[in-house]
Amino acid sequence: MMRLLLLLLTTALINNVVLSQFLGLCPFLGVSKSVKTAAGMGGAVIFVITLSSALTSLLYNYVLVPLELKYMETIVFILVIAALVQLVEMALKKFSHGLYAALGVYLPLITTNCAVLGVALTNVQNEYDFLTSVVAGFGTALGFAIAIIIMAGLREKMKYNEVPNAFKGMPIVLVTAGLMAIAFSGFSGLQL
Amino acid sequence: MMKKALDRIVSGILKENPVLVLMLGMCATLAVTTNAINGLGMGLSTAAVLILSNLMISLLRKVIPGGVRMPAYIVIIATFVTIVQLLLQAYVPSLYESLGIFIPLIVVNCIILGRAEAFASQNGPLLSVCDGIGMGLGFTLALTLIGLVREFFGSGSAFGIMVMPEAYEPVAILVMAPGAFFVLAVLTALQNKFHAPSATNRKEQQSNLACGGNCATCTGCAGAVNHRMVAEKTAEHARKLAEQRKAAAEAKKAEANKQEGGESV
Repeated sequence: MMRLLLLLLTTALINNVVLSQFLGLCPFLGVSKSVKTAAGMGGAVIFVITLSSALTSLLYNYVLVPLELKYMETIVFILVIAALVQLVEMALKKFSHGLYAALGVYLPLITTNCAVLGVALTNVQNEYDFLTSVVAGFGTALGFAIAIIIMAGLREKMKYNEVPNAFKGMPIVLVTAGLMAIAFSGFSGLQL
Repeated sequence: MMKKALDRIVSGILKENPVLVLMLGMCATLAVTTNAINGLGMGLSTAAVLILSNLMISLLRKVIPGGVRMPAYIVIIATFVTIVQLLLQAYVPSLYESLGIFIPLIVVNCIILGRAEAFASQNGPLLSVCDGIGMGLGFTLALTLIGLVREFFGSGSAFGIMVMPEAYEPVAILVMAPGAFFVLAVLTALQNKFHAPSATNRKEQQSNLACGGNCATCTGCAGAVNHRMVAEKTAEHARKLAEQRKAAAEAKKAEANKQEGGESV
């Protein structure tokens, strides 16, 4: 139990998926203009990554390994993730209108978000079992949500700042991301 | 024909450089450019996949049905990525180790799916291969340059060889995660300053890439396709609403006419 909690902390904060692994940068830079949409995106990513790490872990351990098809992991995972996102969207639309209204728009946008495939591949590389994979997936996605929501909050405040002309737009966002990365690298000093 | 092919190569390297101008494939760009050799290795791997997938997709462009073209492209790209991954693992294990998870992640690199959708699916094999060579070389060049800058200032060496005197105190943060963001921030700021063509300082979208060539609004490779789907759905919905409203208005009018007719009689 303690091990899983530590894993959650490690994946969410110390090895933050955006700020130290460089995965999922496009939505991190693109969908972080307001806290509301950032929270929606974060929620959708948590939902999809947790589900997809569960599914890919099962597939890998019970289909690919027994059949000695390990080298097919990239192809199988990307197709499974794409299909999963479509199915989740349809299911949400049919059964849960509240959840669909909150996350629906963001779901198709993260089909090929590299963080989703990245988590699935990392889980396999580290030879995690089912439960560990799910916890690692959830932690990573939580880290993404934390990072994108902080970024959106900063950008909302930054609108009122006087930014030098050349740094307007993307450059200042990248500088902010760099400063956040420095702050997050402080977590690596934690004694776990 | 020859001129057109050459033109594709040159414009991929300079005018439409995927990293410096179009701002595509940012995850890989930021993650692997801690030194010049990693940048070069990543660039060449991506270029190999890009050339091969462009060729294959161009050859199959009349066979693949429009409705399932995205999954078909992804399967083709993933196949070549797996081949490159296995080759690297066998022949250049040190590079394979240092690039790690970013080799399989070439699958979700916007450049490759973008070129497949925007170019290879509409042009012949020769032009598509040239486009792949141009874009691939442009990507390689940009990654190597960024890697070289970070390595030079961050650890005082170039391509693994020490070039700075021993007294030089390296700016270690440049080879760490935050440094990647800072280097790219300075690069884009310089482009803004000198009004160089770049996705970051362009007001209107001019790129013909599937993803619009605009990473600021990019949400992954499927983003643009999905955006289009969402836009189509919204338009359809709006049209239906308008029709309903029109029908309702007509019904009202008809009723009003009837009433008027009734009164007059």
